[in-house]
Amino acid sequence: MAGWVDACGADDVDEEDVIRFDHEGRTFAIYRSPDDDYFATDGLCTHEKIHLADGLVMDDIIECPKHNGRFNYKTGQAKGAPVCVNLKTYPVKVEAGRVMIDIG
Amino acid sequence: MQDAGMVIVGAGECGLRAAMSLREQGYHGRVTLIGAEVHLPYERPPLSKDAMAGETLPTPKTITSRDVLDAQGISLISGVTVRAIDRAGRFVRLSTGESIPYDKLLLATGAEPRRLPMAEGLSRCVTLRTFDDALAIRSHLTRGIRVAVIGGGFIGLELAAAARRLGCPVTVIESLPRILARAVPAEIAAIIHAEHVAHGVDIRTGTGLASMEEGPDGLSIALADGASVEADLCIIGIGAVPHVGLAQEAGLSVDNGIAVDAELRTDDPHIFAAGDCCSFPLDLYGGRRIRLEAWRNAQEQGALAAANMLGGHEGHKAVPWFWSDQYGLGLQIAGLCDEGPQTVRRDVGEVAFILFHLAEDGRLVAASGIGPGNAIARDIRLAEMLIAKRACPPVDKLAAADTKLKALLAA
Ligand SMILES: Cc1cc2nc3c(=O)[nH]c(=O)nc-3n(C[C@H](O)[C@H](O)[C@H](O)COP(=O)(O)OP(=O)(O)OC[C@H]3O[C@@H](n4cnc5c(N)ncnc54)[C@H](O)[C@@H]3O)c2cc1C
Ligand code: FES
Repeated sequence: MAGWVDACGADDVDEEDVIRFDHEGRTFAIYRSPDDDYFATDGLCTHEKIHLADGLVMDDIIECPKHNGRFNYKTGQAKGAPVCVNLKTYPVKVEAGRVMIDIG
Repeated sequence: MQDAGMVIVGAGECGLRAAMSLREQGYHGRVTLIGAEVHLPYERPPLSKDAMAGETLPTPKTITSRDVLDAQGISLISGVTVRAIDRAGRFVRLSTGESIPYDKLLLATGAEPRRLPMAEGLSRCVTLRTFDDALAIRSHLTRGIRVAVIGGGFIGLELAAAARRLGCPVTVIESLPRILARAVPAEIAAIIHAEHVAHGVDIRTGTGLASMEEGPDGLSIALADGASVEADLCIIGIGAVPHVGLAQEAGLSVDNGIAVDAELRTDDPHIFAAGDCCSFPLDLYGGRRIRLEAWRNAQEQGALAAANMLGGHEGHKAVPWFWSDQYGLGLQIAGLCDEGPQTVRRDVGEVAFILFHLAEDGRLVAASGIGPGNAIARDIRLAEMLIAKRACPPVDKLAAADTKLKALLAA
């Protein structure tokens, strides 16, 4: 169902940063990369269910706030212990200053 | 000629990471991981946290599976203790009678709870290190039983919080004037203290133990100040002592842990030690010799030991880092707070805050923070990077919540 949903304004996310977006009982993380592209992943770390939006974005990496597990937020790839399960990613587009994500 | 292979003693967080790292770094020889516990390697931090929270008995949070170990060609020998190291012959002797040769040996033997002589032989007194310990505690910890915790350290306090969640009356007894005196700044320990009190924990600081007596109706603990505490279960959380026996008997140096150099090598070039069992010099603090009991350190040192076992010569550089969760509060500490006589506070939102610890010359040497959930996590991580860079950030910028630490890092 659902498909594309309006997640936030393009300016709501700082460059090289992340914010949390909750939608119908699900939670996502919306990223803005240093080169000003937008990305979206599941909101919770795959190690323990911790909100990644409290974590630190460096280049194309999101680091979990709890135990520093690292993921590439562009691909969802887990970068090694303690995280071994990849993050799900979602298509993103920016339209009229709004960040839209396709939550399927 | 093929070498005898790599042998790792201790299949905990550190030993497993070392084994995996050997493969990640392209080693194709034999890797043998020997662990005294019967379980697959598992995470210890949940044992004092989530494992105690559920209504049902916990299961170990394993870090790997048999399939992964098989695929990696790591042979795990569980439930077997290494009894001796023959340094001349370069092999280890197992409790099964078997001997295993090594080219390089890693001791990742961890630590065990410090014993309280007064509590020896008392069935109501327990300690927590292993999953089996956790299972035993959890099975005793039924709703409403009276719990005493000896020692106001992390494990004792986390268990106190868990016991409160189960509706148990809890008394914490700490002989020092305050809880968490060893590693946590007073200002942060005070927040944790207040949180426990708000949740109904009775904390007695500044008083030692006079005696303990076990009767049919419970344990009677007499305190040095004359008071007495009655308990059905008594958790002894007075710190941990490193497993150094094997190393000591093999004639290796021991200094508050198996003594290694910055590359984690013992005084035998074929033997390394890493994780909770070793003491090492940390260049970041002028080569000060320390021993850590911290989860991330166990992994970092496991990986570093693997690299150096393969001929690398890299020194341990990582900034010490630790976290603890109690009730909804998250604590994180990067660096060693006692290295910094000067403190600068930064408020993060309403209740969370960070203390930056600065050396006399203005260098940032540690940061500690507390707040709900993971409120301080990001700033502690950035502070850790500043500490690693040996930065001297301006004090006013550190204090100003609207100055992003990321900007200071770029400066
Ligand atoms: C209850 C609890 C909660 C914790 N919470 C936190 C936390 O919140 N944050 C944090 O940063 N850290 C925490 N820690 C610390 C962290 O778990 C340890 O630092 C980490 O487990 C150390 O890993 P290690 O591999 O060095 O030692 P260990 O995990 O202790 O593993 C050593 C293994 O070696 C085995 N062994 C010893 N001698 C022999 C022998 N001769 N032969 C065969 N096997 C042997 C032992 O049985 C053990 O399984 C916690 C620890 C505990 C116990
Ligand atoms: S919860 Fe994310 S790394 Fe552990």
